[in-house]
Amino acid sequence: MNKDTATYLKGKRKQILEKWMDNQVKDAALRDDLMSVAELQQQSEEFLTALLNAFGTPEAENTDSAGYETLIDILNEISISRARQGFSPRETNMYILSLKQVLGQQLEQNPALDPSKLSREILSINNIMDSLGMTTMETYIKGREEVILRQSNEMSEISTPVIRVWDGILALPIIGTLDSARTQVVMEALLEEIVATSSRIAILDISGVPTVDSLVAQHLIKTVSAARLMGAECIISGIRAEIAQTIVHLGIDLTNIYTKASLASALKMAFSMLNIQVTRGAKQNLGF
Amino acid sequence: MERIPILKMGPFLLVTIQVDLYDRLALTLENDLINMVSKTEAKGVLIDISAVSIVDSFMGRILGNIASMSKIMDAATVVVGMQPAVAITLVELGLTLSGVHTALDVEQGMELLRTKIGNLDTDEEGLYDSFI
Repeated sequence: MNKDTATYLKGKRKQILEKWMDNQVKDAALRDDLMSVAELQQQSEEFLTALLNAFGTPEAENTDSAGYETLIDILNEISISRARQGFSPRETNMYILSLKQVLGQQLEQNPALDPSKLSREILSINNIMDSLGMTTMETYIKGREEVILRQSNEMSEISTPVIRVWDGILALPIIGTLDSARTQVVMEALLEEIVATSSRIAILDISGVPTVDSLVAQHLIKTVSAARLMGAECIISGIRAEIAQTIVHLGIDLTNIYTKASLASALKMAFSMLNIQVTRGAKQNLGF
Repeated sequence: MERIPILKMGPFLLVTIQVDLYDRLALTLENDLINMVSKTEAKGVLIDISAVSIVDSFMGRILGNIASMSKIMDAATVVVGMQPAVAITLVELGLTLSGVHTALDVEQGMELLRTKIGNLDTDEEGLYDSFI
């Protein structure tokens, strides 16, 4: 890029900012519900200043050069914050692309440029802006991935509650597919809770597990063995007819593990293991 | 040389491991414990590993060995207080210590041993009763 072009654009900073803001505010994709116009104005001004400064550096064509460091930092911050706020990829990218248009129009009004020079300058600005646009998308996607990762972590924690149903009896309703990562979370949560409440029996209810294959069964057996090592016994409950069929067809050996069809019968078994008797009290008039 | 103390409590032996076991110490413990079982004719061995935070396959094997050896000498083995992380490690290593009884803490371990010995005593009494 020509040095004179950079100086010219720097001189026209105010007009460029005005036009860019105008374009952004007029655009149908403006999300004033997510971000106020004043905030956008401040962000755009900061970005434009950094961009025009970067144009003035000796290596203006190379967005990896040291002159662009501040600009890239600002851009990354903008993209990540937009990813978190829920802007769409198109809206995020339009931010950069709309500036490209404004810069091109501004250059056309420069009387010092003849047509061949003008096209060269516009081409080089296009290249720089495209490269910045790509950086934006990359950072935007990275931001989105962070959000997804955080959500999936939260989900695996939420979906494995350990409930104390009685003195010394824990219940663990498992909902959703058991994979290795979740088994690890489930196992750790269960074992920690066994220690904390010094429970002797844990009931693993798998009525919320859609399918049981050999891998899931392997994970269940691992959990039971680990609990057994600590001195607690496990009962697996909630085995539906189709799951029982799959287990037998796959040849999975569950003979060393207590299994029950429902949580109620598992609880009954736990009571008899702990020598607890539940009896119905004398008949009372409860008013119904 | 460092040794792990073995305490006699009535018909049981109590071992509390409060340091991380290295191989030689584990072997010494195995040796001492079996000698002690034979000397005191103990009916049960209780090993408290609540302070152990690191195990390897060797340590798991030693625990299994102690259990099998004690069983031959007519003593039941109870391992108590295993940490969750230790339990997960042993399972991942494929060591489920099938011959070993486990309990959550020393209290429950003692209760378990007592019921085991208690069953034995009543059985024997029944045996004598039928003789008389």
